[in-house]
Amino acid sequence: MSLTRESQSTAVVGRPAAAGRRPAYSRSRRSPAASFLLHFALIVASLIALAPVAWIVLTSFKPAGTVTQTDALGHLTLGNYRAVIGQGFGTWMLNSLIVSAGTTVFGVFIAATSGYAVSRMRFPGSRALMWLFLVTQMFPVAVLIVPLFVILRDLHLLNNFLGLILVYASTAVPFCAWMLKGYFDGIPMAIDEAGRLDGLSPFGTFWRLIVPLARPGLAVTAFYTFLTAWAEVAFASQFMQSSNKYTLPVGMQTFVNEFVSQWGPLAAGAVLIILPAAVVFFLVQRHLVSGLTAGAAKS
Amino acid sequence: MVASLRRTLDRYWYAWAMALPIVLVLVVLVGYPLVMGVYYSLTNINDLNMGRTIGANHVPATFTSVGLHNYWYILTGKDGAFYSTLLWTVEWTVGCVAPTTLIGLGLAQMLNRRMRGRSVYRVLLILPWAVPSFVAAFAWRLILNSPGGLLDWLFTRVGLPPVNWLGDATSAKISVVMVNIWLGVPFMMVAFLGGLQAIPGELVEAAEVDGANAFQRFWNVTLPGLRPVAVTVTLLSTIWTFNQFAVIYLVTAGGPGGATNILVTQAYNDGFSQLRDYADASTYGVIILSMLLLFSVFYRRVLSRGQEAVA
Repeated sequence: MSLTRESQSTAVVGRPAAAGRRPAYSRSRRSPAASFLLHFALIVASLIALAPVAWIVLTSFKPAGTVTQTDALGHLTLGNYRAVIGQGFGTWMLNSLIVSAGTTVFGVFIAATSGYAVSRMRFPGSRALMWLFLVTQMFPVAVLIVPLFVILRDLHLLNNFLGLILVYASTAVPFCAWMLKGYFDGIPMAIDEAGRLDGLSPFGTFWRLIVPLARPGLAVTAFYTFLTAWAEVAFASQFMQSSNKYTLPVGMQTFVNEFVSQWGPLAAGAVLIILPAAVVFFLVQRHLVSGLTAGAAKS
Repeated sequence: MVASLRRTLDRYWYAWAMALPIVLVLVVLVGYPLVMGVYYSLTNINDLNMGRTIGANHVPATFTSVGLHNYWYILTGKDGAFYSTLLWTVEWTVGCVAPTTLIGLGLAQMLNRRMRGRSVYRVLLILPWAVPSFVAAFAWRLILNSPGGLLDWLFTRVGLPPVNWLGDATSAKISVVMVNIWLGVPFMMVAFLGGLQAIPGELVEAAEVDGANAFQRFWNVTLPGLRPVAVTVTLLSTIWTFNQFAVIYLVTAGGPGGATNILVTQAYNDGFSQLRDYADASTYGVIILSMLLLFSVFYRRVLSRGQEAVA
């Protein structure tokens, strides 16, 4: 429901309000002054949201001589990018992509099955499960990191992508399951019943009927999971020990040591790290509002 | 007995099977480490006595139980940092969550109306969410850098004295709060935007017909409608902020002189940077967890009277 409402309102954006399907009651009466204030506030907020990113992009093109210069632009170069790409950046980027993609696929899948189970089937332990999801959000890194280190060592998963994928899944999945449960709650039960009547198994119903309908919710959880894995530092820096297994954030840390306050190459590295996240972001941003709505409002 | 167990199994095995993967992952990678963490907090484990395998040689672990000594040591303030850190952690959490919620609500309210450029604003305002926190930390260090950072330049432009943002305890605290708000607003905004769109327009219209002014409509219709979203989102945000490791660790590394260390970064520092005192880190971890658990139970009692916020 929220999905259709969302797509309607996006479709209307950019046209004069009067051309909208159902002119909302208060919009047509907004005075020019109120309109100006509204846009002014939003522009200021957008600038604040954008500034750090824009600043880092700008810095990444500045040669060492003018990098801390704020008054004038100076001349711009690609030198920083060349310096960075020659430093094993490619390997780290690939590692991060493997880990993040693996976490996303695995995490969203197990979050979706359990979210569906809690949403559709009444079973003993479902309430406890929802509580478990919330409680896991409270575990500080500090209490988990040593025991996790020991477990991963015993399972021979240290310095191993699979180990990191499992750890990340355990941090991202509770929130995702909890959000997806809310999303599934918003899909009418009649669809499940129709599927069952046509002879689908419960899992078949889930996989063939509900998953396609829940795409916006899945997109949001995928985005969240991807970012969790993409941005994590504390676990990765303890569990990945050889430099050819580093993920980007860990690699960046060694960078910081190597290029002590050489802002230019660091900024270039940061831009290269933001890019894949930005791509994922633009793919799912349309769904963010509707996806999170269902999760938060109905759970 | 066996028969009834069988019946239960027959009835619920499908649901359990679908929830099994997540439970397995959580039990092995969260539950077991938690139990071990609690156990470590009762010992004197550190990097030297934890036991390890170097090549073919196995060095056995030699740490011993010390009972509640670690808790006693920390909670009586003998490590010299706990209570000051706790106070700042609470200030940090409130100082981040309250403005983040208000700004998020305000922006959502502004975006939840028909106007030109709405989708552009929305993309721009959600953008910080897509920035990994370690990159955001780096970007902000570039901006807060003194001298020569962007903020310093802005300050001198409008005639204010430059501030050594990360060099002084108070301004460093303001800086990390600023960075965390910047990172946290998009999530709040999106959640509230979703909540606003779920409020039936007819309700607001009805209130208007009844003669409620804009503020009354907001206070009596919009806010109650947002309640379910707000209850869960602020609880999550509080938990996440209380445990926010990346922002503080990467922007100030707890400095200057430990002034911006919250409990989590303090524990991490004890455990992994200089001392490698794992017992101390685990004790801190258990204390943090207990405080958050208590808080959540209390929060639910107070705020979700008769409402199902989580489960």
